[in-house]
Amino acid sequence: MHDRLTSFEANAEDEELLAGLRAGSDRHADRFVRTHIGWMRAVALRLLKDDGLADDCVQEALIKALRSIGKFEGRSKLKTWLHRITVNQALMKLRSRKRLEEDLIDPLLPDFDENACRIEAPWTQRVSAEQILSTAQQRRLVLSKINELPDNYRIILMLRDIEEMDTAEVADCLGIAEGNVKVRLHRARAALKKLLEPLLRGDVL
Amino acid sequence: MTADYGRRLWRFTKGAMLRNLPLMITCRQFDDFMLDYIEGNLPARQRRVFELHLRVCRECRDYLAAYKETMTLGKRVFGDPESALPEDVPDDLITAVLEARRSRPDSREPGL
Repeated sequence: MHDRLTSFEANAEDEELLAGLRAGSDRHADRFVRTHIGWMRAVALRLLKDDGLADDCVQEALIKALRSIGKFEGRSKLKTWLHRITVNQALMKLRSRKRLEEDLIDPLLPDFDENACRIEAPWTQRVSAEQILSTAQQRRLVLSKINELPDNYRIILMLRDIEEMDTAEVADCLGIAEGNVKVRLHRARAALKKLLEPLLRGDVL
Repeated sequence: MTADYGRRLWRFTKGAMLRNLPLMITCRQFDDFMLDYIEGNLPARQRRVFELHLRVCRECRDYLAAYKETMTLGKRVFGDPESALPEDVPDDLITAVLEARRSRPDSREPGL
């Protein structure tokens, strides 16, 4: 899980908030929603890339959370629990929006010759991530390249590398085997590497 | 001899070496191991074989370095405060959530 998510420690204040929510208090519900809606919307927006969908997603996730707060047993952190609900809701939205494309990633995978040798143009220089991200224009370019990945690969890259969920959690959320998560993660990173090559080789600077 | 022909001849020779010498793997096999290597999941013997390939293969060395830099880019581009998505939420969204909750008072889970 993400650092800024795990920094949320259950404390006396949260206990009081949870007790209030379980008792159905409007005041506590208001505080709960205002505390969490911001970061939850940011997660939804990263995954869904659309303001309207993200708003729907976060609304559904919060209502679901408020209705099932009685099931929250405090074994995981509250923020971890809410993160999982948000991710699940976003995945449902993606599935209902369209079938996730399957085959578009092939041209972006690494190239090998008939002897199983890698075909890779020589690198004369490699620009560091830090340098690339030093201008707003290039940061936007990196974000747009991530968004170019086919959804069924992009989502796995986002959940593993950005939302920092582990392989088992991602497999569980998507209802696929862990081996499949690993294969798709590797392909997603390889595809992104190919999409970002002009930046990494310094051709865009 | 063109540069392209030279590269293909070199790859052919390298491919034959990698397939036939002990403790050597092909670039394609290297690629299959990459994720587990990066995550530290390779057993010691496989790790040594992987690292041996890394030493003899310029292409895979460059490839792995660019792949890792790509991972860093992906992780950092969202973490960057200037490009971070706004966390300020429209008030009407907050209101909509709270109203949806109030409009269904019977929908709380049973047994609370």
